[in-house]
Amino acid sequence: MINSKSISLFFSLFGFWLLMSGHYTVLITSLGVVSCLLCVYLTIKGNFLDNETIPIYFFPRLIQYTIWLIKEIFMSNITTAKVILSKSEEPELFSVKATQKTNEGKVTYANSITLTPGTVTTQIKDNVFEVHALTKEFGDDVRSSEMDRMVTWLEKGK
Amino acid sequence: MFLAVLIALAISFLLILVRLVMGRTTFDRILAANSIGTLIVLGISVHGFYMGRPEFIDISIVYALINFIGTVAVLKLFDKGTLGDK
Amino acid sequence: MLDISIEIISIISFVVGVFFILTGSIGLIRLPDVFSRIHAAGMIDTAGASFVILGMILQSGFSLITAKLVFIGIFIFFTSPITGHVTANLARKKGVNPVGKTKGKTL
Repeated sequence: MINSKSISLFFSLFGFWLLMSGHYTVLITSLGVVSCLLCVYLTIKGNFLDNETIPIYFFPRLIQYTIWLIKEIFMSNITTAKVILSKSEEPELFSVKATQKTNEGKVTYANSITLTPGTVTTQIKDNVFEVHALTKEFGDDVRSSEMDRMVTWLEKGK
Repeated sequence: MFLAVLIALAISFLLILVRLVMGRTTFDRILAANSIGTLIVLGISVHGFYMGRPEFIDISIVYALINFIGTVAVLKLFDKGTLGDK
Repeated sequence: MLDISIEIISIISFVVGVFFILTGSIGLIRLPDVFSRIHAAGMIDTAGASFVILGMILQSGFSLITAKLVFIGIFIFFTSPITGHVTANLARKKGVNPVGKTKGKTL
């Protein structure tokens, strides 16, 4: 019952509580601790606490992946702005295969594709993603499956 | 400076409003409404700084939450015809 | 000296953010179909929002406001792909055909 998942859930809830509160007297903070504990208890009781809510094996490599993703998003933002201003869009639709094993990995990959402007995941069936790309270059970026390798690397954990 | 940002956000709001009115499909309108929501989240925060009262951030957090839930709820209603109740 | 440089960096950040927001709204008008417009909306949500928020963080100094601004940024970052994907998915399901070519077998 007390494992790394429930502890990390408690600390993220309590951090959010501290962020929203703004009053840090002893009484109010202890009430916050009690309400966070109640939330964690209800989560455990309702069997919501699994790999899907807290994918804890992502955490060791998450910071490095986030930095890589932000760099990637910045580059494709510049390219998308160029495409919009120079009227050179040639949209295309294609499918790629994902190599992730778990559902969390697939969701991370699909969301990373959608978060990068220029590519959007439109449909998912098993491990085949249908992707819409703004130009051919964006499509080649997805087809070269660099992001796929990064997410698979993230999924493996430490 | 904050006023300049607010004016730019207002211009962008008007541009997106053109898409919201022109539409063609429902999805265009939903997408435009969602983008306007993002602009308003930013606009509330910038306006708070402009008035010298950054406490307005709380309102923009609530607006961000409602914007997300509202967009997904409208899309679900459009897809299934209900929001989960039979 | 430090104050002035922070001020300048924050102004640059605002300018970049506003540029991306305006470009995104132009794209939202100009691009041909709903799937392409999602890219423009994604640009407003990622680059535009994060640069404007970065500018406000630099203006606010270090306080609880900073943490709340970071939270708004993270929240927009997490929800933007979800709304984009749901819109695109539903548009495909309801039979909106994308402009441009389709390559290979699609779902």
